[in-house]
Amino acid sequence: MSALPERPPVIAPGHTPATVTDKISAVVLERTPRWWYLGFAVSFALLMVFTYSVTVLFVKGIGVWGINIPVAWGFDIINFVWWIGIGHAGTLISAILLLLRQQWRTSINRFAEAMTLFAVACAGMYPILHLGRPWLAYWLLPYPNTMAVWPNFRSPLIWDVFAVSTYATISALYWYVGLLPDLATLRDRARHTVSQHIYGMLAMGWRGSARHWQNYETASLLLAGLATPLVLSVHTVVSFDFAVGIVPGWHATIFPPYFVAGAIYAGFAMVMTLAIPLRIVFGLQDFITMRHLQNMAKVMLATGLIVAYGYFMEAFIAWYSGNPAEWFMITNRALGPYRWHWYALIFCNVIAPQILWIKRVRDSVPMLFVISLVVSVGMWLERFIIIVTSLHRDFLPSSWDMYEGSRWDWGTFIGTFGLFLTLFFLFIRFLPSISIFEMRTIAKPETTAAEAK
Amino acid sequence: MSDEEVDRQKPGPALHTPEAPRPYGVIAEFTDSERLIEAIHETRQKGYSIIEAYTPYPIEEVWEAIGHPPSKVPMLVLIGGILGCIGGYSLCVWTSAVDYPINIGGRPFHSWPAFIPVTFETTVLVAGLFAVFGMLALNGLPMPYHPVFTWPRFVQASRDRYFLMILARDPKFEVNQAYSFMSALPCTEAAILED
Repeated sequence: MSALPERPPVIAPGHTPATVTDKISAVVLERTPRWWYLGFAVSFALLMVFTYSVTVLFVKGIGVWGINIPVAWGFDIINFVWWIGIGHAGTLISAILLLLRQQWRTSINRFAEAMTLFAVACAGMYPILHLGRPWLAYWLLPYPNTMAVWPNFRSPLIWDVFAVSTYATISALYWYVGLLPDLATLRDRARHTVSQHIYGMLAMGWRGSARHWQNYETASLLLAGLATPLVLSVHTVVSFDFAVGIVPGWHATIFPPYFVAGAIYAGFAMVMTLAIPLRIVFGLQDFITMRHLQNMAKVMLATGLIVAYGYFMEAFIAWYSGNPAEWFMITNRALGPYRWHWYALIFCNVIAPQILWIKRVRDSVPMLFVISLVVSVGMWLERFIIIVTSLHRDFLPSSWDMYEGSRWDWGTFIGTFGLFLTLFFLFIRFLPSISIFEMRTIAKPETTAAEAK
Repeated sequence: MSDEEVDRQKPGPALHTPEAPRPYGVIAEFTDSERLIEAIHETRQKGYSIIEAYTPYPIEEVWEAIGHPPSKVPMLVLIGGILGCIGGYSLCVWTSAVDYPINIGGRPFHSWPAFIPVTFETTVLVAGLFAVFGMLALNGLPMPYHPVFTWPRFVQASRDRYFLMILARDPKFEVNQAYSFMSALPCTEAAILED
């Protein structure tokens, strides 16, 4: 292995299970830093923007949004797909990289899973708000009812209900199972009686016995094995919402893999956006090292190329199929009224990430931060382009129209950032944002000795 | 009232005669996993069979050394997966083809490819629920109280110390013998835990 250039370690040298435990649990158990109050206040204010926008929506109806006929799917579906895509990187890091025995994932999996959970919560808001009568959301579920009808199991929309609710449930359970030994650690370290009791109850009496660990490791591995096809299925089903329809620009077999790659792309960008400030403010550079950031940059570059290939194939098939409606859709994207959105999308998702080929860029934290923000914007634009450009030019030119988000659309969108960040701030304050027990396995003398060789 | 009368009126374990506290087991603390694993081997050679180890992170060699039978979680997950699969598919078929069939252009009622996504999701959901709740049940959680928590040193089990315990349920267990055996092991401290 000496031919390869030396890689930064996954954990700074000199750490032992004891130091890892003390350092990560101190983040939770010590006094609240001042910046936390500031960050939480801003997030909470944004959350209030969300509740205000939603109240306006409930009082006045979905006419306050910018949607119209033919563009009946606007910000709500764009943001739904965007948020749920972001969530996927968390599952990828925690499940797929676990199965692939990628040890570097250990320090980022916990907060990536939390990100998944909160992103799914944000995503779940939109389809329900879009219902028009959200208080009847339970009609989506198959239950015996006085109307004597059932949901249509041949529709991708009901598949979506099952996929997203399963994903939310499994993600929450997986996250909690991962937290269990760490909650026991916090129970043992907490100094206040109240926090001892709360962490104690949440830890459910975890003792870390050999029997516990044996069942625990088996269950974690099996959950990872279940979550891996699940995460792929969720975005596949989301893409079916489009691909099963006959709308030009949606009706394509490339959609499932192209959506999954896009989800991972956006998700890694979000993990990076969260990890970079997190490691600085909590001083966790020893655990979230340059190795993590570089690896994430490489995953972004790879999935970005898959996404670019998806764009290229969409255009190629539109031309090669000889279908005039498909060809019109592609030329309308590049030359029509939404061309600037499309140019921005190509810049953000295809051109800008190519500088990740340069090692100097992958070594620069500010550059990585900027690129991950650019990719997040690009992936949002991608969903905007897919949804709006396909719908706004309907089959009959007489029904053509334009779409833009109203201020309540923007209010709801910005508001979900409030929801996401509020949950995230509460999480980093009250729960260990890095898996303590998994870091112990990396910091134990046997592992650090093997790394040094 | 005399003191005796007051005592008699006190609510309390009147039906029981006061017992000497029963031992739960003898526990010892080790500083590294190699010493723990060696100690497990010695303890088993000595003839003790009902023993348990506590470690700050999962160590496969430890549960192999103790000789726990393989985990039952995989079987539970398989059962959950099969139940979820059958349940999800039956739900689709029963609602779409039996209870409320709708003829759409003569297409088949039992259109199985359209039922795969829901079947897949319910399979994963029920298997996942069985994995989590099965793991908790097999570990006997939630369990708010356990004798090991009474030993102040035990908080180190979630930091960097390793523990080995011989349970009083062991047929060969005798408190003083077990305690002197454990103290002779290369441990930092040994203690008798009460039930």
